[in-house]
Amino acid sequence: MRESKLWFWHITAAIAVVVLLGMHMGIMHVGEILSFVGIGAGDAVKSANVFHRSQQAFFMATYILLLGAALFHGFYGLRSMLFELSLSSGLEKAVSGICAVAGIGLFLYGSYAAIYVFRMKEVLP
Amino acid sequence: MQKRLKNNLGLGGWLSGGRYGIERYAYTLHRITGLGILLYFIMHIIVTGSRMGGPEAWESMMASFEKPIFKLGEFMIFIAFAFHGINGIRLILVELGAMIGKPGLPSFPYNYSTLRQRPLFVAVMVVAAVIILIGGTDLYFLVMK
Repeated sequence: MRESKLWFWHITAAIAVVVLLGMHMGIMHVGEILSFVGIGAGDAVKSANVFHRSQQAFFMATYILLLGAALFHGFYGLRSMLFELSLSSGLEKAVSGICAVAGIGLFLYGSYAAIYVFRMKEVLP
Repeated sequence: MQKRLKNNLGLGGWLSGGRYGIERYAYTLHRITGLGILLYFIMHIIVTGSRMGGPEAWESMMASFEKPIFKLGEFMIFIAFAFHGINGIRLILVELGAMIGKPGLPSFPYNYSTLRQRPLFVAVMVVAAVIILIGGTDLYFLVMK
């Protein structure tokens, strides 16, 4: 894929990450403040809250979308930084390969976990 | 194929702002926060995978992150995300040519592009600071509970 296309997807993924991770951070880090005004469920990492969110199709889909966008953005960013150090072409290929394998591997694992927990209906609170 | 110029500055080039001003340090910080977030994200994917073991496995995993050092680390990631995300929006706007002013003839007193972009930089830093303050207040209430 041409670098300009990869760069376009890097920026597109960044916009998706800002929106989705912003939402995620809002739930995780502003929950206490929101609970004062009657929105939000307080401690977001309590298992009841975690499984309640994980077993909604909306959250499962956004987790997978965020996973894909963030991994692409992160690993492409890392690859770009390393390329700026004037690597040899062999090393550039190795860096690209490692980033691609790590990104795809983590995406598959994270997506599998999201779908697996979504289907665990028996732990719904 | 076009020959790529050698980057002789290496790591020093990343870390030194030189004559480029505050935006150059924002660039360095953008990269450092990006690397930090990526490292955390990889660990986060592995840790949240413990949900597959059910609520007990999740509670047990979370119990190991109860120490204040982990809360502080989590807040550092929040700060990194607030900076990286908001600064990233500025970079996208600049990349698309928005809010950088129109090109003009170089007449004294010179108004170079970095200076024209500075109000945008200041504005996004204020937004990032407000987000960090809100996150810090939330952490305070969570710890004081």
